[in-house]
Amino acid sequence: MNWIFLAEQFLNGFQLGILLFLIAAGLTLVLGIMDLVNLAHGSLYMLGAFFAATFAQWTDSFVLGVLLALPAILAAGMVIEVVALRTLYARSHLDQVLATFGLILFFNSLVQLVWPLDGLTIPLPAYLDGAVELGLGVTYPTYRILIIAVGLLVALGLYLMVAKTRLGMLIRAGASNRVMVGALGVDIKWLFTLVFGLGAMLAGLAGMMMAPILSATSGMGEQILILAFVVIVIGGIGSVRGAFIASIIVGLIDTMGRSFLDVLLLAVLPVNAAEAAGPALSSMLIYILMASVLFFKPQGLFPAQSG
Amino acid sequence: MNLRAHATPRSLFTFAVLALCALMPFIAPAIGQDYYVDVFIRIMIWAIAAVSLNLILGYGGMVSFGHAMFLGLGAYTVGILSYYEIYSAFIQWPLALLIGAVVSLGVGAICLRTKGVYFIMITLAFAQMIYFLGVSADEYGSDDGLIIDERSQLGGVLDLDDGLTFYYVVFAFLLLSLFIVKRLVNARFGMVIKGIRSNEDRMQAIGFPTYRYKLACFVIAGVLGTLAGILFANFEKFISPDMMYWTRSGEMIFMVVLGGMGSLFGPVSGAVVYLFLSEFLSNITEQWHIIFGPFLILVVIFARGGIDGLLGGKRRHHG
Amino acid sequence: MGKGLLWLAPALALLASPAAAASKIKIGFVTTLTTGAAVIGNDQKNAVELALKHMGNRMGGLEVEIIFADDEFNPQKGKQKTEKLVKKDKVDIVAGYIWSHVLMASASTVLDAGKILISANAGPSALAGKKCNKNFFNISWQNDQTPMALGEVLNQRGIKTLYILAPNYAAGKNMVAGVERTFKGKIVGKDMTKWPTQIDWASEFTKVKAANPDAVFTFYPGKHGPAFIKQYQQAGLTGKVPLYSVYTIDSIGLPRMQKAKMKGVLGTFMTQTWAPDMDNAQNKRFVADFKKKHGRYPTFYASQAYDSMFFIKAAVEAVGGDYGNVTGLRKAMEKADFPSVRGKITMGKNHFPVQNFYLREVVEDADGNWTTAIRSTVYENHVDPYAKDCKM
Repeated sequence: MNWIFLAEQFLNGFQLGILLFLIAAGLTLVLGIMDLVNLAHGSLYMLGAFFAATFAQWTDSFVLGVLLALPAILAAGMVIEVVALRTLYARSHLDQVLATFGLILFFNSLVQLVWPLDGLTIPLPAYLDGAVELGLGVTYPTYRILIIAVGLLVALGLYLMVAKTRLGMLIRAGASNRVMVGALGVDIKWLFTLVFGLGAMLAGLAGMMMAPILSATSGMGEQILILAFVVIVIGGIGSVRGAFIASIIVGLIDTMGRSFLDVLLLAVLPVNAAEAAGPALSSMLIYILMASVLFFKPQGLFPAQSG
Repeated sequence: MNLRAHATPRSLFTFAVLALCALMPFIAPAIGQDYYVDVFIRIMIWAIAAVSLNLILGYGGMVSFGHAMFLGLGAYTVGILSYYEIYSAFIQWPLALLIGAVVSLGVGAICLRTKGVYFIMITLAFAQMIYFLGVSADEYGSDDGLIIDERSQLGGVLDLDDGLTFYYVVFAFLLLSLFIVKRLVNARFGMVIKGIRSNEDRMQAIGFPTYRYKLACFVIAGVLGTLAGILFANFEKFISPDMMYWTRSGEMIFMVVLGGMGSLFGPVSGAVVYLFLSEFLSNITEQWHIIFGPFLILVVIFARGGIDGLLGGKRRHHG
Repeated sequence: MGKGLLWLAPALALLASPAAAASKIKIGFVTTLTTGAAVIGNDQKNAVELALKHMGNRMGGLEVEIIFADDEFNPQKGKQKTEKLVKKDKVDIVAGYIWSHVLMASASTVLDAGKILISANAGPSALAGKKCNKNFFNISWQNDQTPMALGEVLNQRGIKTLYILAPNYAAGKNMVAGVERTFKGKIVGKDMTKWPTQIDWASEFTKVKAANPDAVFTFYPGKHGPAFIKQYQQAGLTGKVPLYSVYTIDSIGLPRMQKAKMKGVLGTFMTQTWAPDMDNAQNKRFVADFKKKHGRYPTFYASQAYDSMFFIKAAVEAVGGDYGNVTGLRKAMEKADFPSVRGKITMGKNHFPVQNFYLREVVEDADGNWTTAIRSTVYENHVDPYAKDCKM
């Protein structure tokens, strides 16, 4: 094991973390501000991937595909909010879990009816499809570097927006005290729709970024959804900063678990036991992490809600 | 239940469903459809699971998204013991229930420190851990699952391999779990649990050790869930980690909500309607989720109180 | 109480379905028609329909009624659907099953009812060995065989160090066990990944690079295959570390890979019992008509589903259409006297095929479409390693 290996694994973990952040950011805002548990957030990730793949096929360009898909998923998110979710804000978490679970079923079937059963693939332009030398012997896929860059840019943009703009102020206020914002005379309905659309766009962007790596397929959302929930719960609901930090932690821990756990276990266990326990433990790692965080901090690492 | 005294639509419905369950082994062959005997066994087992979940979800207000783990614990205990050719129900069942109790005590003790969404997610996390444990259990078939050669043996008292006997054993357990839950919720214990659901701080202020009450409730529900798992393994003669996957927990929640949360019989109606509905819809189209998904949303939005509510049961605000 | 139940009578009458006409044979086919794996199931369904068309929808003078059931990629659902086929639709024979876990869950339902069960894909070790059954037949292969053949190929090609990547579920473990059984070199790394949720191998590929093996062995069925190949290329491994796979590259994935210009897949090797270019009349007709209708080559899943129908047909004809005669059907099936798209195959004593395994390479065909072609025969008339455990 040398440090080049370590550096690459660090990048892998970081990239996964960035991706999780894109999804978790919207999820935590929606939960923090509207108090809505949205299981269908993963469906927006999936829709983003399908939109981008479709537009990329039409325009024959990945970049154009993404640029067209972004407003499309923003609009789709806002429509979903108005049609299906708005009535759920006043409901219990249980009702929300069920209704948005229904949305997942609906969207998974819908994409199978609209698009080919085996989903869509996006070819990457040649300049993104290779690997680059980062110096000192570390090579890394170009496209994954792009994901990291885009993710960091979005994180920065989101930070500036939340910290510096009026919308951001309302978001912060909404996350810590929902009733108060309404009392200030702000059109809460419109604010909610906008925030939801924004979250949808971020999740959609994550889907678009992953489509060239994974292909767009039905059910791809659930694979990442649970992970995103783990992130926001660890980070503290409603906290964008918490979501960012927790994303990176979860990304790194998951990746490091996959890379080093087997070696570690081989050192302490017999080969057979280690081979069986390795994959089991690395699958469970993030859940163990979440359970332990909640054990010590029942509100997550950075609780945003004050009351 | 005294029917003559108050034959409301609700009590009539309850009676009709139970009568249907009781008589199905005779009705089905009469119309040449033995198939429905199996359908009803499955319904009753799910109903037991849903009844147990209703105890924490409906009465206790604890939204557990990991109840399928208890189903899995019960089924895996039976499955693993029979893998080692230990078929005696007198070993299998008490051990399974004990494991269910111990695990629900441990998991509950940790989870109940949290509230709201955190509770939903942490129960989910534990269920996922146990799910992955099942996936990794190479010796017991991991993802492929394990075929169980023989049903639990009750030492000559009853022969579970006999379809009719097995059917009525399941039916008896359904009645038993309904009875247990009814006694519990009508007792002081139930009053406290319901009190905690509506205002935990107040209950605490009055001097109730709310955490302990909730934990006790969680453990009882866990043990009843484990019982459903034991029956499930015996019915399917097969176990696999899929039965503990998070979507299974989601289905159970749906049965409870569809039937009517916090109503004794609601989860049973929920299980009946859910299983028939899914079969009916999947006969119409393979992509039946495209109908079922919106249906779920409509039930949540419009049919508050579920089937029980429609039948005139007390409307409940679970918020 | 009697009065209370009266209203039930019409409801229950509705549940009953009319009795089947005697001149028909009913076959249930369980496969995956929804979820991400639906594309495989649809391929099988298309092949079954093509087979029925080719036989004029008749077996031994009987009309064939086929009932497809969707297992939703879930063992419990699969068992439920199987139960329905057996007990409600009252089918005479049940076939299909892509996934080992669905088959394992469903087997007892069919076998306990004394009916014949035919797997058109799944070949779990349990059913080949200790839990073999007189009424169970497999028309594909046993899970371990294909990777065992691949292990031999690796030996022949002088591969000394190997890195293994496979999903952490039963079939994945079977595949790994298979290659480990025959490969004589050193295994320098092995990762069993979360199935089916993990579809990003960044971390594992970094480990492969660090280990620098002579070759990588992999098994990722369905939609995971193309994603794997693509990331393998993006990680810069294509051309550096040769890739050997089983059941990862199929005719569903190849056209997509071609569309996505994933040239790295060309020239990679795999082992299999069948390839679209096999030279026999049955196969030529199957491949040509399938291509005409669906615009691409059929997958091996389709080829096996197609075979399963002719396998049943031969047996039904052997008993002169008396499909109630299960013993007769079984005897005929043991002879496996039917035209297979794989040429001649025979049934082993555990009711798994005894057949050849070939080395296939991904190539471009005359029309410029990507497909696979047979390069050499690795095993002739190979018997699976679990057959000896079957007491039948």
